This record gives sequence, C-alpha cells and structure tokens, in this order.
Amino acid sequence: MSNNEQTLRFCSSAIMMRIKTPKNGRVRRELEKRAPKLVETGKKTLILQGTKTSGTLNGVLSEIYHLKKGGAVRFTRKNDNIRPFESGGEASLEFFSLKTDCSLFVYGSHSKKRPNNLVIGRMYDHHVYDLVEVGVENFKSIESFNYDKKMAPRVGSKPFIAFVGEGFENVDELKHLKEVLLDLLRGEVVENINLAGVDRAYVCTAISLNKVYLTHCALRLKKSGTVVPRMELVEVGPSMDLVVRRHRLPNEGLRKEAMRTAKDQPKKKVKNVSSDAIEGTIGKIYIPDQKVGDVALPNKAKGVKRERREAKKKEANERASKKQREESE
Amino acid sequence: MAKRYIVNDGKLFKRGLSGIRLRRLSGDEAMEVMHQSHAGTLAEHQGGLWVCKKLICLLAASRGKVKMEMETQKPFQVDVGNLLAFNPFHNFSSLPTSRDELVKECLEEGTKLIQAVADSLFNLPSTEDVDGPLVKLPPPTTKLPREKHLPKPKPPTKWEEFAKKKGIKKRKKDKVVWDEQTGTWKRRFGYDRVNDDKDIPIIEAKMTDEPGEDPFAKRQDDKKKRVEKQEKNRLQNLKQAAKLGALPSHVQLAATALPITGTQAPPKKVTKDELGNVAGMAATSTASGGKFDRKLPGEKPAKKQGKHRKFLPVIEGSGIGSREKEQTENVLNKLISKHSHGILNVGKAVTMYNVKKEKKARNRKNQEGKSSSTSNKLKPKKQLHKKAAKKGPESSKKRKAK
Repeated sequence: MSNNEQTLRFCSSAIMMRIKTPKNGRVRRELEKRAPKLVETGKKTLILQGTKTSGTLNGVLSEIYHLKKGGAVRFTRKNDNIRPFESGGEASLEFFSLKTDCSLFVYGSHSKKRPNNLVIGRMYDHHVYDLVEVGVENFKSIESFNYDKKMAPRVGSKPFIAFVGEGFENVDELKHLKEVLLDLLRGEVVENINLAGVDRAYVCTAISLNKVYLTHCALRLKKSGTVVPRMELVEVGPSMDLVVRRHRLPNEGLRKEAMRTAKDQPKKKVKNVSSDAIEGTIGKIYIPDQKVGDVALPNKAKGVKRERREAKKKEANERASKKQREESE
Repeated sequence: MAKRYIVNDGKLFKRGLSGIRLRRLSGDEAMEVMHQSHAGTLAEHQGGLWVCKKLICLLAASRGKVKMEMETQKPFQVDVGNLLAFNPFHNFSSLPTSRDELVKECLEEGTKLIQAVADSLFNLPSTEDVDGPLVKLPPPTTKLPREKHLPKPKPPTKWEEFAKKKGIKKRKKDKVVWDEQTGTWKRRFGYDRVNDDKDIPIIEAKMTDEPGEDPFAKRQDDKKKRVEKQEKNRLQNLKQAAKLGALPSHVQLAATALPITGTQAPPKKVTKDELGNVAGMAATSTASGGKFDRKLPGEKPAKKQGKHRKFLPVIEGSGIGSREKEQTENVLNKLISKHSHGILNVGKAVTMYNVKKEKKARNRKNQEGKSSSTSNKLKPKKQLHKKAAKKGPESSKKRKAK
C-alpha cells in the first residue's frame, strides 16, 4: 500500500528516523482495519496454487472461493517457490499473507506422488502457525447437483457445521483437521443472527481413520409443531473426500500465545449512572429549561376561543370592505 | 436418595440394582402392565429382572416403537455460538457398500446433529426485526487461535510519567477563548487564533536586548526551536513504544539517510528541467570539432542548438537599451583605471600578437607552396571565430600597446 506521507526530518543520535503518517483518511482507516484488535473479526482466506494443478483441483479451488466470496482472495498464477512443509518455502506465503491481510490459506498443487493435493494452513501474526495436507478424491462440483434453485443458500450466510464420527476424537490428524475446517468454514463470529437467514450447512463425516467426507448442503426448514422447525438437508454444493496426508502442529509456546484471549473487556461506560452502597443504582436525568411563554396551552380556555372568533370576524369585515372599495372603483 | 433418580429427556428414571434404568410408569401404564403380566402374554411367574425387560418391550411394542436395548445417550457436543455440533460416538461399523448409501447415511447423521443445534438456537430469546426474528447468539465455546497478537498497551510518554509523578492533572480547555484586544471569541489554535505571533505590532525593547537583533525574527526562531524540540520528543516517545511493540497502527518509523555534518548543504533534489539543462551543457562540452556524442535511443534533442548568444538591443536609450553602452564603458574603465596592469598582461598580449604575425606569414608561405589543404578550410573559420571573440579586448589592447 503506498502511503502519502507527511515526513518530518531531523537529527537524532546515530540512527536517523522519520515518522510516516498517512495523509489520507482512507489510508488511515485501512491501516486501522489491519491493526491487531482485542476482539477479532472474521479471518480472510488466500487461495492460490503451485506449479501444476489438475482439472479437479482447479474446480475445488474455485468452488472454495465461491463459498467464501466475501472474505477470500484468489490468486490465479502459479507460484513455484512455495513449499509449505519445507523450512524455506514459506517466505512467499508469509509475504502474500502480509500484503493481503489473510490469515488462512489454501494452497493447491498436483504431482504424481501427491495427486490433487490441498494444503490448508493458518497464520499467526503473518507467520505460519499450522498446516494440514489433504488429498481430494471423488470431487463433485456444484454444477453436477440437481436441486431447486430457489433453495440455494445465499452468499455470506452463517453456516451450520456438523462433525460426525469418532475418528475426530481419537485420531490426532483428524482432530487437527476438524479444528482447521471449523476455522475455514465458519466465517465471521456474529452476535446477532437472523433466524430467517440460516440456509446452509456443512457436514463432515469421518469415514475411516484418515478419510473425511465433506459436503455442503442447503437447509430447508419445515413446519413442525413447536417453535423449532424440522431441518432437512439437500445436497447442493461441492462434495469431496479428504484424505489426510501430512500435518504440522504448532509449537507449544506459539499455540499458548495464540490461544490467549483478552481477559475482561473494558466495560462500556454508561453515562449518568452511578451506584451507591445504600441506595443502589442512581441515574441522572437532565431536563432542558422550560420556556413557559412558548408552550401551547393544553386545554382551550374560553378566552382564547372568543379571541379567535373575534379575530376571524375582523378579517372577514376587512375583506368585505376591500371588495366594496374595489367594486366602487 | 436423590442420586438414584436420573432425568433423561424429560423422563424420570430410577437406577435399579443391576444398573438398568427403570422408567417410572404412570398410573395407567402401571395398571396395564400389571394386567398384561399376570393375565395376558406373560402367564408364568418369572424373575423380577426378566419381567422388567418384558414390560419395557410390551410398552414399546404397544406404542409402535421397538426398543430392545437400553436408552442410548445422545451427548452431542453443541456449540451454539459457532452453530457447530459434534457427534463423537458415531462409528461406521461396516462401511456401506455403495457411495449413495454412504452419502445418505452421512446426511442422516448430519441432519440429526443440525436438528440438535437448531433446537437450542430457536429456543433462544428473539427480538422481532424487519427481516425476521433476530436472536442474540452466546459466545462460542470452542477456542480457536487468534490471527494476530493481542494489542499491547501504549507505554506512557515522558510527559505523562512526569505528570503522574508531579500530580499534574489534565484540564479541559475550551476551543474558543475571549480575546481582549478585539473583544471577540477567538479560537485557541488555528486560523485567526488568539495569541498569534504575526499579529504583534510592537515589541517593547528591554535593557537586556542586544542592539543589532531583530526581536520579531527572534520570536520566530524561538518558536521554530520549540517545534523542533517537540518533534524530537515525539519521535523519542514513538521509538520507545516501537521497542515494546506498541506503535500505533497509523504510524510507521522509517530510517533516513545519515546526517550531513559540517558546512555541506543537504543535497537538493534536482528537477527535470535542471537535469535537461545539465545534460545539454554536458553534450556541448563533450563535442569537438562540431561533432556531438551519438544520441541514445529515446533521448530528446537539445533544447538550444548552437551557441547561446545574447544580443542586446541596438537602440540606445534608457533601461536595456543603455546596457550595451554600460558594458563597453565597464570594460574601458577597468582597463584605463589605475590598476589596469593587473587586468592587462602586456607581455602576454605582445607575445600573442607576435605569434599571430608569424602564423600568418607561415600560412602565406604554405599557400604559395601547396595548392590547397584541408587545414586551410578549417583554419580560416577558426581564425574568424577567434577574431570575433577577441575583437573587443584585443583591439583595445592593440590601441593600448601602441
């Protein structure tokens, strides 16, 4: 991002430093959006590919991009120098993450040894936090499903997520994959949700010790006797089998730091409210000064009515006299 | 006593001796059971446990549902904040043969889970909105790692530390201040402010003032120094914050070039026009014999071709017209003045004259000797130029010499 800077130059000890602040309000707001916050909003996803991709992999990447339309960035060029699991191959990824402000990435590549490979990773402070490598099998794209188009889920709606299978509890790799998929699929954390707008669900089942069946469905809410409607799932979106290949867990220290949450948010100051030990909560109300003369009288006093009548009569007389004069002239 | 009873799905169970949960039967059900067990299908008198099991079967059968086993637990892990449900107890005992069946089973399980989430979701208190019922979600229970570090609090600046130590409190200042001089409310800072330096008409002299000093300029200098000091302090505070990693998001500290010491002036940034002029000058200086350097592709031709000659107007008069007269006057005055020998080197002038004379004689001899030579073509031109340039002073020198 190129800043229009206001530069202030002067001498100071051995290292000359100058302060760069944005001259634009727009640039300043962008920088504030990217600054670390106490409570974080949704993570953006970066979708890119390596030297070689297959047809199915292209489909997978573009469909993931469509599912996450609001908060995803898609790179379409090939990147030779990205090798997530090697020590030096992450520099490019970190650079892209810094520039696009994305903390999740999905990297697709295809080779003979690892066909239809997908590496899903997370970043902490724009450095690689953890990685999961999966292979995609039995991919069915959105176009191959037949369904009533009216039921299609809308872009950006918050999804229901369901994980089925004891594999997610027992197997290490699947546990990690579950966490990463949750991060990838859940979208923004919202406080209020409109119940009329829930219309999609992701179902992940652990088929075997290293395979997960992931599918995206639209929800149909059917009437039932109670407040809670009956849910019906209709397969809509892409469905694929994910075969876990490799994974890299974060270091203990890094994990502890990343899991730290802001303890108590500073309570929002409520104005004009104070509490007393004896009386409890006390509130102050400020009333503006009354303008006694200007207030309209609530009950129409007799005098007022009479005055109005007389005023009207006067006007009528004046008008009549005017007309007479005009006629006479 | 209470621990013997368990509530599951709104029904009360009592923990029996063998561990099976015994469902508490309602009055009617109890009557029916007794009736059936003693007179109906169960004719013989069996052991208590066996009877219980049979009873359950009967009741289930009478309702249309067959429950041969004990009631299964449904402990889904539901996280309403994330709209997430997890069933850790499902296992595919035998992998379904076809893909369709697998998909169907997955969807079924998924539906159950999502129904469980929806149960809790739709039972939350909702407010009516234009688009539909709005529900306030609880915060999510599954912890996920942050994407950026927690923001660090800004360290106190030097002034803040000093103020804390001394107990100085911030006082709220008004934006407008009463100005005595004009009798109006003026801003404290900004355009048309109260105590503007530029508005002071008279500064009274003090005994301590030095005679040659300009007090207005002094005031301006003082203000400049104060501003510089403040900026220095601000940079120091920001550096301190940057050290702790708590720099504000819109500020960046960038390194600049090393300071220039001594009498050197800081290098000025050259403009495009200046560069063009310098390039033109360099091109003419590198030329020799009328041949210029080959132009690079894309280089624009020089703005001024040929020698720069300035011609003063011929008409005599005042202003620019008298300039020519002035020029010649200046030259003459310099030469005729007392110290003219410093300007005119008589010995040098004489030798030059002699050399020229000899050259001329030589040329005449060569011309008679050789028919023509290319050097002749060039020489006269050069001579002309030299003559033209040196016409003024040389003629005067000659006059002087004579």
